[in-house]
Amino acid sequence: MTTTSERLVRGLRLSALASAMVLIALGARAQVELTVYTAVEAEDLKKYAARFNEDHPDIKINWVRDSTGIITAKLLAEKDNPQADVIWGLAATSLLLLKAEGLLEPYAPKGLERLDPKFRDKADPPYWVGMDAWVAAICFNTVEAEKAGLPMPKSWWDLTDPVYKGAVAMPNPNSSGTGFLDVSSWLQMFGEERGWEFMDKLHENIAYYTHSGSKPCKDAARGEIPIGISFAFRAARSKEAGAPIEIIIPEEGIGWDMEAAAIVVDTDYPEEARILMDWIISEKAMRMYNEGYAVIGITELAKPVKYFPENIIDAMIDNDFEWAARNRERILAEWSRRYEGKSLPRN
Amino acid sequence: MAVQVAVPPARAGLALKADVWLTRGFIVAIILYLVVALALPLATLLQKSFEVYEFRPEKVALAFYRDGAWQDAGRLSEWVERRGYVLNDGLRASERSRERFVDIIPKRERRGVERFRVTDLSAGGGLLLLEGRLSEPGETFELSRREFSRLRLRPEARFGFDNYRYYFATPALRSSITNSLFIATLTTLIVIPIAFGYAYALTRSCMPMKGFFKLVALVPILVPSLLPGIGLVYLFGKQGVLTPLLFGYDIYGPIGIVMASAFFTFPHAFLIILTALSIADARLYEAALSLRASPARIFWTVTLPGARYGLISAAFVVFTLVITDFGVPKVVGGTYNVLALDIYKQVIGQQNFQIGAVVSVVLLFPAAVAFAVDRMASRRQVALLTARAVPLQPEPKRRFDLLMLGFCGLVAVYILGILIMCQLAALFTFWPYNLTFSLKNYDFDRMDGGGWASYWNSVEMASWTALIGTAIVFSGAYIVEKIRGLFAARQGFQLLAMMPMAVPGMVLGLSYIFFFNNPANPLSFLYGTMAILVISTIVHFYTVSHLTAVTALKQMDAEFEAVSESLKQPLWRMFTRVTVPVCLPAILDIAIYLFVNAMTTVSAVVFLYSTRTTLASVAVLNMDDAGDIAPAAAMGMMIFYTNVAARLIQTLLARAVLARTQAWRRR
Repeated sequence: MTTTSERLVRGLRLSALASAMVLIALGARAQVELTVYTAVEAEDLKKYAARFNEDHPDIKINWVRDSTGIITAKLLAEKDNPQADVIWGLAATSLLLLKAEGLLEPYAPKGLERLDPKFRDKADPPYWVGMDAWVAAICFNTVEAEKAGLPMPKSWWDLTDPVYKGAVAMPNPNSSGTGFLDVSSWLQMFGEERGWEFMDKLHENIAYYTHSGSKPCKDAARGEIPIGISFAFRAARSKEAGAPIEIIIPEEGIGWDMEAAAIVVDTDYPEEARILMDWIISEKAMRMYNEGYAVIGITELAKPVKYFPENIIDAMIDNDFEWAARNRERILAEWSRRYEGKSLPRN
Repeated sequence: MAVQVAVPPARAGLALKADVWLTRGFIVAIILYLVVALALPLATLLQKSFEVYEFRPEKVALAFYRDGAWQDAGRLSEWVERRGYVLNDGLRASERSRERFVDIIPKRERRGVERFRVTDLSAGGGLLLLEGRLSEPGETFELSRREFSRLRLRPEARFGFDNYRYYFATPALRSSITNSLFIATLTTLIVIPIAFGYAYALTRSCMPMKGFFKLVALVPILVPSLLPGIGLVYLFGKQGVLTPLLFGYDIYGPIGIVMASAFFTFPHAFLIILTALSIADARLYEAALSLRASPARIFWTVTLPGARYGLISAAFVVFTLVITDFGVPKVVGGTYNVLALDIYKQVIGQQNFQIGAVVSVVLLFPAAVAFAVDRMASRRQVALLTARAVPLQPEPKRRFDLLMLGFCGLVAVYILGILIMCQLAALFTFWPYNLTFSLKNYDFDRMDGGGWASYWNSVEMASWTALIGTAIVFSGAYIVEKIRGLFAARQGFQLLAMMPMAVPGMVLGLSYIFFFNNPANPLSFLYGTMAILVISTIVHFYTVSHLTAVTALKQMDAEFEAVSESLKQPLWRMFTRVTVPVCLPAILDIAIYLFVNAMTTVSAVVFLYSTRTTLASVAVLNMDDAGDIAPAAAMGMMIFYTNVAARLIQTLLARAVLARTQAWRRR
């Protein structure tokens, strides 16, 4: 009893002290709030903001998070009256689209020269800079697969085998950035005709399409579906959480996209936005991305990530972002026409 | 409640005049509220559904500067024709479609051209886009080669039936109509007999534990419709506890939708049928018995016909609830598309607002028809009750009572089973591979959906809705019921007050986007605030609250107003000193109804929340969307406990209030 009440008193004292400190800090300098749009995994957002605030406590970050497709569409829909100040962690293909609509403010962050040339916009100063690469992967639940007698697939085309009927989930490319990078990579690797042929066959085995790119892997981790087409980061995290998951890198190669950052035009806080952009490609930030992503903007800093397959960098295809961005709408419409039509339940 | 203050006669006249102005002002304000918060947004939605986008290359003129002179290069449409170029890959143009000029005019045709002049000949302008800059009507862009390569063509907006034509020509979209009708009909056919049996057991048998069963039946009202979906996944999903009971069928699809819809519509059907059965007239049964009718014959000729309007009303309420709900198909629908889900997918998934508006208009039809039928049926139900009716007292029949107990037990197990499964799932660390208990799934701040802040936002939103909503609804009902004169205004208001019932939440939410998220609207500052969530939720649940208030007010004699007037008392004094205290139990009912629904609703607010106003119910949806189904169940259960707590507070309050203000009812 005494210990609890002691703890309570101590806690009260501490919180009083803390609020006093906050008041002093507020008095010292008014805090600026930046509205930051992102598609970064929700569980990492607190960490990102906290690490940034270690260096810049006076800039508060208000996150707006959703799937890549949604955030992109939201930015486009708001283009007459943009609500975001900065974009931190959105697919490069999306940023190319936004750049064409005149939604981005060019800026060369400090330390730009250290970035791998692939990880920046070609214009000078660049309209966006890259942070890390997120790559496709297959989450394979070994326990459920064994129960259902499913062999481990080695390639994308293996997944079209009728044995996997109703055993695969994948993200809908209309809403999910992971879904779009999958589809765009298949079209680039196999060519348009063979690419669609592949998806037609794959569609026969798909149990359902999800709204978000992480759900197929989370579902596979829960055993709700044996195979989830998702991305490597999610797969590694699920494996770390104790799910009986094998991460498969298909041998044809894997699609990938870059998580990138940019300043949105007409921000009311250009100075703070630039401070954030400088930090986004700083060494500290890169090390932070490296905690979850194996491939990062400053290549020489990259360290291997736990549970990440080792061959991942070699498997990444030579992705043509310009092509993907330009054909995005057409690919998505074609995809909807083919696969959203067959909406009858399986079984 | 004796009036203690005598008002001098000279001031009383003034006060009465003030009354007239006060009531007029108030009725105008409430009508204005419903017009702005309901009628205008719906009109905007209708308009949006006719908005069409189209590329108009014939409205773009070109000129090339070559060999030191400007040459006319014709219209862009001629280039499109000459090359057989397919604009927008033959797809329907959307608000966001773009075409690059250099794709239409090939390189070799541009050889030697130093500068380009491109003129926008459209009346509205905006056909040309260069690095974020739009052309004015009639404006000419003079461009270098480099700039020309970045020039894009935008589609022009006009009004037409094209969206509807597209909708009905697309099998994927069209099939949702039959799907929606199918699951709504099937659920109705399943829920109505069960709800009837349950209500029958509570009114016509002498089984034990009636109070408990009545409580259990009302439980589903306290949770968002997403929760039974999640519970079913845990019970019947691939890793479900009871999956073998499905005999290899998949829970994702119509089976799951119907099972979960039955769960959340059950209490609504049950309450209506319960009312219909409780007003039975014992004299009819006595007559039937003396005519030696068999129990079966009595059931078919007395019981069922007596409750028929209640049954019809319940059937249409269930049908409407299912067809307008999107939470259930979102979670367990799999690849089975329904109308309400289509609106969500078109708007949130693809930002295709025009088609979303079309689906909304399509969804309005069945909902409006069901609403009209329900209104007609419930009007007749009231007429059945006569002053001379004698309440029916059931007599104990051992076998029948046991049978009824068993039946109600089964229903209760289904309802509680889903709920308990959700709570367990929320507490397991990692279903099904790690079954130790932990609070990991309550760490909402690490998930999508806005974290714990969402929960508190929901509580705040529900409290405001209950507080402000009750005030508006009750005052409005008072004016309709108790004020003489202003006949036209009162009729118009009555009509407006009934409209929300026929408007599905998704449709309301979408129409709010169109209406409030428009910089030209002076009310656009409301967009993205807590206020718009409260406004939309009050409107969404206006009708039922309004009817509750009207019923309570009808029980009060109109003489009160007459007496108050002859005593020359101002209206507000009568209202605050007599009407409100007498109707307090009903007012508390309205408040709790608004609170509970504000906590659980997803449909309207899913289009209206912002980063600062994320809600718990929407968080359930978003966490499930991202695959974090256990945390979604955890949040859903938080909503449940909050509603239970609110209900308890309401019950205690009502009791205290009754003791204090309703003492006059007892002598």
